[in-house]
Order: sequence, then C-alpha cells, then structure tokens
Amino acid sequence: MLLIACPYCGESRGEEEFSYGGEAHIARPPDPDSLTDEAWGDYLFFRKNTCGVHHEIWFHAAGCRRYFNMSRDTVNQEVLETYRIGGQPRFTTQNSKR
Amino acid sequence: MTFSGTNRYSALSLLKHGLRYHENWQRAWRSPEPKKSYDVVIVGGGGHGLATAYYLAREHGIRNVAVIEKGYLGGGNTTRNTSIVRSNYLWDEAAHLYEFALKLWESLSEELNFNVMFSQRGVLNLGHTLQDMRDISRRVNANRLNGIDGEVLDPQEVSELVPLLNCSPDARYPILGASWQPRAGTARHDAVAWGYARAADALGVDLMQKTEVTDIIVENGVATGVQTNRGLIRAGKVACAVAGHSSVLAGMAGVRLPVESRPLQALVSESLKPCLDVVVMSNAVHGYISQTQKGDLVIGAGVDKYNGYGQRGSFDVVEHALQAICELFPAFRRVRMNRLWAGTVDTCPDACPIIGLSPVKNLFFNCGWGTGGFKSTPGSGFVYADTIAHDRPHPLAEPFTLERFYSGALIDEHGAAGVAH
Repeated sequence: MLLIACPYCGESRGEEEFSYGGEAHIARPPDPDSLTDEAWGDYLFFRKNTCGVHHEIWFHAAGCRRYFNMSRDTVNQEVLETYRIGGQPRFTTQNSKR
Repeated sequence: MTFSGTNRYSALSLLKHGLRYHENWQRAWRSPEPKKSYDVVIVGGGGHGLATAYYLAREHGIRNVAVIEKGYLGGGNTTRNTSIVRSNYLWDEAAHLYEFALKLWESLSEELNFNVMFSQRGVLNLGHTLQDMRDISRRVNANRLNGIDGEVLDPQEVSELVPLLNCSPDARYPILGASWQPRAGTARHDAVAWGYARAADALGVDLMQKTEVTDIIVENGVATGVQTNRGLIRAGKVACAVAGHSSVLAGMAGVRLPVESRPLQALVSESLKPCLDVVVMSNAVHGYISQTQKGDLVIGAGVDKYNGYGQRGSFDVVEHALQAICELFPAFRRVRMNRLWAGTVDTCPDACPIIGLSPVKNLFFNCGWGTGGFKSTPGSGFVYADTIAHDRPHPLAEPFTLERFYSGALIDEHGAAGVAH
C-alpha cells in the first residue's frame, strides 16, 4: 500500500484514494493533424516504462479531485516526491541512490 | 523423436530407477559455458524463450542456439501465473493464435516426453449482468465460427457443474449464466519450463542460467550480440522473450515499445479435498479460481493500477479478488491462504502481444503478452521461432507486429483477456 501525500491536500493518504494516470510530462501535440502516423502512434501508445525512478500522473479521486505528479521508484515502490502539475521533479534515475 | 534409449522418460525407466532408489537419474539438461558466438541468442529462459529455442531446433534445424537467463529457468512469469490454458478470445486474430497454442498443448506431453499435466477440465466465464451475458453470447458465437468449442450455459447448468458456486438469485453478484470452453483447462507450469528446457537441450541448445544481459550490441543498425556478466556473446540474431523487462532490454538497443510493466498477483490456499473440478473465472467481479491436483485452491487477482518491476503487488488488489471469491463461493470463506506472489507482466494497450521484427535488424521481440502469456507458451514459441528463422512474421503473428500501433489496427482483447488492465 502506497502512502501518497497529495501536493494540494498535503496529507499522506492510502493509495486507494487515488487513481493512476500513467507517465507524466507528455505534452499533447499542438497540431495533431500535422503529425505522421509514427509520431501520433508514439504519442498515444509508446511509453518509457522506466525501471527505476518513474515520473507519473496521479489523480486524487476520493479527495480534492485534482491531478498531480509523482516520482516513484518502480522497483522498490518508494514514493520519492509529489509535485504539482507544471512543476519539475527533483528526483531522477540519475540522481537517486539506486 | 527427441529422446531415445536411457534418456527417455517412461514407466519402465521409472520402475528401473525406483529399484535403485532414484539415485541415478540423468541430469535433465547441461550447464555449458557460453560459446563465443551463436546463430541465435534468445534472451529470457522462461516458457516462451525455451519453447522458441526448442522449435528453432526442432522445426527449423537451427541448433546453434543459446538461451540466456538472468535467474533460473522458468523463475519468472512462467511459474507465477494461475496456469490456466484456454483459447476463447473474441477477435479472429487472437482466437487463431491462442487456438493454435491450445492444439499444441493437447499433444505437448508426448511431444516433450515430459508430463506437463495438461488437464482439459473446462473453463467457465461467469456473467453477472445482462451486458455480461450479451458479451458472452457474442464471444461464444465468434469462437464457434472460428472452430473453437464453446457453449453458453444458464444458471441451472452452471450450478450443476459447480455445486459450490452461489447461484441463488439474491447473491451479491447474481450469476445469470456463463460461457463454457470444455477443451480449456490447466497445466503444471514448472513442468512446461522443464519439459521445453530438457527437449531443447537434447537438440543441442545451450541453456545458460544466472547469466544477465547488460547490453545489446548494435553495429550500424544491426544487432550482433549481447554483453553479459559472463562476457560478450556474438549472435547472428538476438531474440528477446523477457516479458516484464522488455522495455529495459529494448532500451539497450534504442527501441521503444508500447508496453507497461505491472505486477500481477496470485495466491494459493492450503490443500483441500477435491471440491472444484473446473476453472471458474469472473471478469465482472474480478477473481478466478481453480483447484490443483494436489488440492490447493489457486486464485488469481487483478493487475496493479500502476507500473512496478518489483514482483510485489498491492494488497487492496488481493483483497478485492478474495472478496469476489468469498461471495461466489461462500464455502471458501474460512479457507486459509498459504502463499501470495506477483509476476511482472508487460501489458499492451490492446491486451494483445507483440511478436516480430524490430526497427533494429536481426533483433526480435516477443512481448506484451500481459496477463495471458502462459496459455500461449507453445504457440508463442512456435510462431516466434518461425519468425526468427525466416526474418518475417509467421502468418499467425502478422497481425501482432509493432506496426499496428502506427497503423491503428489494434486487436482489442480487453474483454476476453480476463484480467482487467
């Protein structure tokens, strides 16, 4: 069970209050019609699937109902930080202890 | 015939070795030192990798093959599943692939001279709502058009088949009927890995355990070998079959894949007297259950909602699965659970696998089986070996190439995949 501190509510709550939104920091292409099939497929389906520190979107479904970002180690499930949409992570695979 | 004379397992050899207190059984496979180069290096010594090696040697005469495994053979998802085998998938492409695998399962023990304990006890998929029943009718009709056995059962027939199931109309999850595939069933998962390993070894394939691939060597867009903790191994072709770690391996060669790795959990109870002789699955409430030959109840839970490589899952997922099982089978409420484990499954956006070539020449991928890899083991190995041998997808694997994520020709099997992704 992950304990997640929503950066808007501030309190640490169990993972069941939250839903998962996949990899973070993927910008929607400004002009989808101009993309090649490869670029559109890549945007829709291809993910880093990081083994290590993963930056991902979560949704506080049973709380403030706001989206936020989280850095989590996908191997040992450690929640390293949560930060607001638009923010940048402090933890990356390069600078974490793994 | 791969095995002959003293190497062949038989009732006679069992008797002979029994008289000698089973002290002189031959080793099932060698543990060779890696050679400098191979025609094909298969990364991943699970069921799919070992089956691929076996069919490369057996069907295509390519015997200068190595299987490289970072742990022990069959130590990953091959032995972390609930060992269910079925082929009742909705879409033609998937149904043909899984049915091809099911046909191979039916003669696998004879083929490998190894008892994989394939038991065609039948699989029930329960329907709890009107929409479930419509989906079930559609799927069974589609199956029958594809020559796959299937029937729609009413609650009375379900109750006769599984008396312990709570079929009363006031149940929390009322059972309105089920789909029934009599030819489906279960197999003993470690025997599948061992059987393929032994048969591949007998055909000259080198199986290397505790050998981890640390890099894939790509020269001018062509894969030429793998760097391992036991040194560099050159390869004419590199074929990956590593399930959960597919993205990591692909990353070594600069290839991106549309898979995400998630924990999938299962648990097993103490041994009980025989009480459940079919496999029962329920998509709507999400639990599936069968009883092994030694009496344990094997229960499958859902896949975690977030990525994870740690072979550990979330407890609330197990709790939900057990809530469903207890409601379906009130008699199991006091059964004690013995063990709980997770495997790292590589889920694909359309719940179907990726089999075939990659953007890097001579580098092949077989991944994305997600929660349905075990049942396809023989079929997966067969079509993957054919794909590697001929540098083009096997006809059954053609719809499952990486290109479908660019063309949009996805094969949505979330309904029949059984496990909610």
